[in-house]
Amino acid sequence: MMAPFFKFGFFGDNLGLVVAFLVGIGFGFFLERAGFGSARKLAAQFYLTDLRVFKVMFTAIVTAMLGVYYLSVLGVMDLSLVYLTPTFLAPQMVGGLVLGVGFVVGGYCPGTACVGVATGRIDALVLFLGIFAGIVGFNEFYPMVSGFYNATEMGQLTLPQVTGLPYGLLVFAVVLMALGGFVGAEWVEKRMAARKAEG
Amino acid sequence: MEAKPAQPYWNPYVAGFGLGLVLLTAFVVMGRGLGASGAFASTITAGLNAVAPGHVAANPAYAEYLKEGTTPLKDWLVFEVLGVFVGGFLSGLLAHRVTRTVEKGPRISTRNRLIFAFIGGALMGIGAKLARGCTSGQALTGGALLNAGSWGFMIMVFVGAYAFAYVMRRQWT
Repeated sequence: MMAPFFKFGFFGDNLGLVVAFLVGIGFGFFLERAGFGSARKLAAQFYLTDLRVFKVMFTAIVTAMLGVYYLSVLGVMDLSLVYLTPTFLAPQMVGGLVLGVGFVVGGYCPGTACVGVATGRIDALVLFLGIFAGIVGFNEFYPMVSGFYNATEMGQLTLPQVTGLPYGLLVFAVVLMALGGFVGAEWVEKRMAARKAEG
Repeated sequence: MEAKPAQPYWNPYVAGFGLGLVLLTAFVVMGRGLGASGAFASTITAGLNAVAPGHVAANPAYAEYLKEGTTPLKDWLVFEVLGVFVGGFLSGLLAHRVTRTVEKGPRISTRNRLIFAFIGGALMGIGAKLARGCTSGQALTGGALLNAGSWGFMIMVFVGAYAFAYVMRRQWT
């Protein structure tokens, strides 16, 4: 075992911040290349004319998931040292719903808004101010919502633990689901293009 | 303003593979994934702490972003998001896509689009706080780690967006 490098003490906090900056550059670069600096490209996902949000997200998830899985199977990486956000199922599902509505109303999510701002999108800049307002609003009313925010605490919980199925089998299932999704996405895009051509 | 025409975007599977490798690099090197909304929360806390430290310390929702002996801005996610700006700008510059513009459909005024952008952003901020992360930190990062709460979150993001898409159609189509 030697990865994650930082957790094995190969370098300190300050160099970690340099790594953060470099990783961020890669993150922003590929988000922009994917078309995610444009709210119209992102919103097209929800009108089924361009499903690149689904395609990019699930290609990235599958790539990283397979990488992490094989590195841990090969004994290179100690997966227990990778930070896992604890599960609070109810607030996380409601938060997802609210964020999803915000996505189609605003046209960006927080990460893609950064790319939008960097490439000159005024609407992304305004959305940015909205995010700040939303966070301040949430924090100011926190004493009233803290009960729900801390409800249904389940600790660090993975799908293999929830289902009792082997990790490798679930990895395989997600790959199959993504491939099926990609085939479906290509089919939907073709149908929508044909419908548009017919008028 | 760029005179040259914008280049086409990359094939989504190629861009997604690149994004996945960046995420994998973060896992291998740092033992943590990507994020965005946490950087917003740290920035707000740093700003507010400069003008009203008592108010920040009294509220656990802010106080969790405070750091002993240093600023909340000296944070992994803050530096990562600074990188996102630089990487996004570089990519846009190289492909001639850096333009001052407002992204919207043909049937909505610029003013109304900007109002919706603000409302959407506010919902994002609230949703990301409730969910303890956004599309980057929960869906992408937690998704790849098969985190149970992240998958619950991700499914609901798509449910919320598709459920509301019809209402918002004049803005985009």
